[in-house]
Amino acid sequence: MEGTTILETTGLAKWYPVRVGRFSEKTYLRAVDGVSLSIRKGETLGLVGESGCGKTTFGRAIMRLTEPSGGSIFFDGEDISKLHGRSLKRVRRKMQMVFQDPYASLDPRQRVRSTLLEPMLIHKITSSKAEAERLAEDLIEKVGLNQDHLSRFPHEFSGGQRQRITIAAALAVKPTFVVLDEPTSSLDVSVQAQILRLLKKLQEEFGLTYLFISHNMAVIRQVCDRTAVMYLGRMMELADTKTLFENPKHPYTKALLTSVPTPDPSRRKELAVLEGDVPSAIGIPVDCRFRGRCAFATDKCGVSPPLVEVEKNHWIECHYDIDFDSHARRELRQES
Amino acid sequence: MSQSNTTEGGDDVLSIRELKLKFHTYAGEVSALDGIRLSIRKGELFGLVGESGCGKSVTALAIAGLLPPNAEITGGDVILDGKNVLALKPEEMRLARLKDIAMIFQDPMTYLNPVLTIGSQMAEITRAEPKLFISILITHRLRQIDKQVDSAKPDRGLLAERESLTAALDSQNLGRKELDQLTRSYAISLLKSVRLPEPEKVYKMYPFELSGGMRQRVMIAMAMMRRPKLLLADEITTALDVTVQAQILRLLKDLRSEINTSVLLITHDLAIVAEVCDRVAVMYAGNIVEVAEVDELFRNPLHPYTKGLLASVPRADLARTPDSIEGSVPDLLSPPSGCRFHPRCPKAFETCPSKKPSMIAVAPNHYVSCFLYGG
Repeated sequence: MEGTTILETTGLAKWYPVRVGRFSEKTYLRAVDGVSLSIRKGETLGLVGESGCGKTTFGRAIMRLTEPSGGSIFFDGEDISKLHGRSLKRVRRKMQMVFQDPYASLDPRQRVRSTLLEPMLIHKITSSKAEAERLAEDLIEKVGLNQDHLSRFPHEFSGGQRQRITIAAALAVKPTFVVLDEPTSSLDVSVQAQILRLLKKLQEEFGLTYLFISHNMAVIRQVCDRTAVMYLGRMMELADTKTLFENPKHPYTKALLTSVPTPDPSRRKELAVLEGDVPSAIGIPVDCRFRGRCAFATDKCGVSPPLVEVEKNHWIECHYDIDFDSHARRELRQES
Repeated sequence: MSQSNTTEGGDDVLSIRELKLKFHTYAGEVSALDGIRLSIRKGELFGLVGESGCGKSVTALAIAGLLPPNAEITGGDVILDGKNVLALKPEEMRLARLKDIAMIFQDPMTYLNPVLTIGSQMAEITRAEPKLFISILITHRLRQIDKQVDSAKPDRGLLAERESLTAALDSQNLGRKELDQLTRSYAISLLKSVRLPEPEKVYKMYPFELSGGMRQRVMIAMAMMRRPKLLLADEITTALDVTVQAQILRLLKDLRSEINTSVLLITHDLAIVAEVCDRVAVMYAGNIVEVAEVDELFRNPLHPYTKGLLASVPRADLARTPDSIEGSVPDLLSPPSGCRFHPRCPKAFETCPSKKPSMIAVAPNHYVSCFLYGG
């Protein structure tokens, strides 16, 4: 792969133990079940999927906000999956997260100023408090608010403004890598566009790398360089965003894309090719995760397919290379 | 105000005229609807689109007579099928909701009773007011019988049932037991028509046993059971995943052609409107700013807000960085003077803050409320 890798996971897994029914045996909900992915410095990698596919758990696991059950995470070449205490804190300064709901991620009793100062002081970003204050004033303007806003409380802001504040708070410790977990999903569309532009601007200015988690295919298309599609804890497809949207190779990606309504009546198409719902992630069998809803499934899909590079830099987890127009399929070799 | 965005006539199932509505809150009066007018034709799928707080849900609640106690209608009419809904007595409103107006909401779990089976909740509808449903139930069963009788040799049991049902249809009288039986077969056929697998099984299930998409299908079946004149669908796919959303939208399109009900589809998502609606009204801060046929609105948006909204929608089918509308939605405790969009409008000029624009027709079936077009 080109470019320097900033973060890499190998076989990352997060299983939650659950009991189904009262006397039944313990089984696992496999939220993330072996995801290997590398993120290049300076890029925006999109992680897209339906609810329950494990995209948020993946984001939280690489931030070490939940303990991974297996696999490893390399950040700047260092395995951070086992770090604790001070060494973890050192790494955390470089990786930050912006959450979906800005109402929940801001302390209602703290003024914006202290929300921005706190992380700087904890991580000793600046040598003096006065310098931190200056940095906060600088930051608040960078995210499109002004210095008067520093002395206000979160409840005085609209949703879009609050999301600007959480972004400023994430950038306060000068991270190099930011996980954006549905950063615009709770916002109205006109405000969403403002925030997306802001994120782009900040990325260029600070040289940030983003992992952009979203369920919204349209948003992913606009902001991401590469996109990974998740389904039931596994990565189904990974490619350049343009390639993924224009020439998807995995049947799930194809179905997902044909389900997205288009804001253009002249391009109306038949919606919905995919029947049924996403199955439960509890006690999944070892076959292909998408088998039950896949129109192209065969007996071979009883075995979990490997991740195959079907074209250059275009990876799918499928036994077949399918031509969706003619329904012709070519078997992909196992050993690749 | 000039002559309406409505063709006042027999074709309209619903027409709203100059509806004004306030909420009384501790902070003061919120002017939630500022004289809106719109009309929905028979069999039409009409989209009402806007951002949060623009008044689209309140409009639906006002039509259904479900406004919270702190809401006050300060002017205007809501005419459903020739009757002014706002003038109905509570009991008349209850009957209207039972029969003529059906509503489906964003979160089906909140509106289904968790301790009753789907079947018993569907049966409640006909039991509440059997008289309203006798004809629907009997004609449905008669049609079923007709199908069976045609295809096989005449079955004595069926013929006898047909006779007694025809008599019941004439006298409009049905025993409780027959009512329940007919309701059951009617309900199951509706569950089937919303494409639920194994409708007999679903009929006996509890809401928690169903997925979000299935629950929304049940809500649609319950709404259709009434053969309503108007179906209010408020953000019905917002809580669903995109693949399930596509299934529900497709269902809505299919059903509309089957039952010829008018639908008011409320959504914040312009893509949904583009995909399924015939006509659309764009709302902003308690006003309708533009009404047009869907193709026309997307091809030729006129109001600066509509243009901004369209430009800010991200698209999965094109790589295009969305444009944003500067600023944010105003606080309706103290709405901007004149045109409520003027503080955010890139084209605002001196008239805009002082006067409210009126809705004018710029083309057949295309209405806009903006001074740029003479409003």
